[in-house]
Amino acid sequence: MLATPPPRAPDRRRFLKETARMAGGCAVAGSALAWLARDARALPAQALRPPGALPESAFLSACIRCGLCVRDCPYDTLKLAELGADGPATGTPYFTAREVACEMCDDIPCVAACPTGALDPALDDIDDARMGTAVLVDQENCLNFLGLRCDVCYRVCPVIDEAITLEMSHNTRSGHHAIFAPTVHAARCTGCGLCEKSCVLPEAAIKVLPARLARGASADHYRKGWEERERNGGPVVEGIIDLPDRVPDSAFEPAFKLPEAGQ
Amino acid sequence: MSERAHLPTGQEAIRVKGWRGAHRYLLLRRLSQAFFLALFLLGPWFGLWWVAGTLAGSRTFGLLPLTDPLVLLQGVAAGHWPEMTALTGALIVLAAYALIGGRVYCSWVCPINPVTDAAHWLHDRLGLPKGWQPKRSARLWLLAAALGASALTGTIAWEAVNPVTMLHRGLVFGMGFAWAMVAAVFVFDLLVSRHGWCGHLCPVGAFYGLVGTRSLLRVSARNRAACDDCMDCYAVCPESQVISPALRGGPGDTPLILSPDCTNCGRCIDVCSVDVFTFTHRFDARVSAPPETVNNARSQRAA
Repeated sequence: MLATPPPRAPDRRRFLKETARMAGGCAVAGSALAWLARDARALPAQALRPPGALPESAFLSACIRCGLCVRDCPYDTLKLAELGADGPATGTPYFTAREVACEMCDDIPCVAACPTGALDPALDDIDDARMGTAVLVDQENCLNFLGLRCDVCYRVCPVIDEAITLEMSHNTRSGHHAIFAPTVHAARCTGCGLCEKSCVLPEAAIKVLPARLARGASADHYRKGWEERERNGGPVVEGIIDLPDRVPDSAFEPAFKLPEAGQ
Repeated sequence: MSERAHLPTGQEAIRVKGWRGAHRYLLLRRLSQAFFLALFLLGPWFGLWWVAGTLAGSRTFGLLPLTDPLVLLQGVAAGHWPEMTALTGALIVLAAYALIGGRVYCSWVCPINPVTDAAHWLHDRLGLPKGWQPKRSARLWLLAAALGASALTGTIAWEAVNPVTMLHRGLVFGMGFAWAMVAAVFVFDLLVSRHGWCGHLCPVGAFYGLVGTRSLLRVSARNRAACDDCMDCYAVCPESQVISPALRGGPGDTPLILSPDCTNCGRCIDVCSVDVFTFTHRFDARVSAPPETVNNARSQRAA
């Protein structure tokens, strides 16, 4: 004979079933959302974040997409990304250097406007901003590299002679002119984008890219001998054997000779 | 159930109180929704920057910060501790909604509310079936999922899809394809699930419901003795499960609608021809005795 089930069993079963269903739905919805949110972390190369923006992954945990930085930008540089129309995560602020560059205001109003610290309030000197790094991406079309004196990117740079310098070299094509190569020094470049904005070519030869694309990285353990020597006032390792350099036309006697066959 | 249950919803109230009397809180609510949207549009449209920002975060008169606490909470779950400005703003918003009812946000401020109300109106007109009705607690699970996804991805996850902030930001800053999101909510409420978005799924509403669990402002079925069972309040209430404990309570039971799901929209007050409901505070549990006059009026009307 079957025992009658305790009266609460159907309740418990229903509760467990419904909880399992909800948890399942929750896991599916959560996963879909997580996938979407991950997807949104891929920032297109031409989209630059405002000055003081935290590194992209931290930025997306901090930016509440309120748009106050956009409102306080006096040059209408910043925009909020629109869903499906712009690249960055929807509703987050960005600018496109070729359209409107950052004018690098001294009082950094966008950072002051940010309520959450997604734009780091520790940034108090706009010259320390690192929105990206300018890269002269196309030497073949750059007028200066062709031997002309365009110089526009160099002239408009707010950190002229530090972030961009003109490096002179011989113009081998004409044989008697110089090439003034615009050269970016990443340590000083703020990534404001004025050089890209002002490039006279139909498509800019100099572009501001996010640091992750613009820059390589040196391995932590690399040491430059010449810098170390200068810092130390002498060789880093004492008693290092300095082998004789092999110079053409010098009487060079190798220390070890291969045994010559057939002698 | 009275014979008036067969009248179209709200007709009796219009007959007794006039059209405006029977739509008082609905009109006030639309005005409030328009007012809060207009505040944000004054700047971009007319250059009057009283309020800048969006519902996610704003600054009023260059001074008062307001922040959506749920967005900020997701940020915290994602691993960012916000600056003082945002925290202050979130605390102010929390305090306000904890006082007047969390889901007052849903019915008096949220820009999606007119969309889902429109969907419900059309749903009603077309006489469509109520469709998929997930449990009301689904939104709490979805809220947990949104916070979990934020923690998992280190981003403010719900903002990737949140139609509430998306529509508001779209209207104030530029829409992009956010209209598709809004259309999706409309179609979902119209064809898939009656009251589906605001009533069952939206985690923003779930969050504000939790905020207002102990809120001061409440609707009371004070005059429940006068109820003639026309069921109009159930028909208009977006969270109809909140009514019964108050309206059908016996002598000793509180007439207050204490469920945090109640959005304090006031439609039940509008639509009741015998004025059962009224706004009051949560400590006012007074119940009116069935007055002779009401009974007389009812028997006269019935005759």
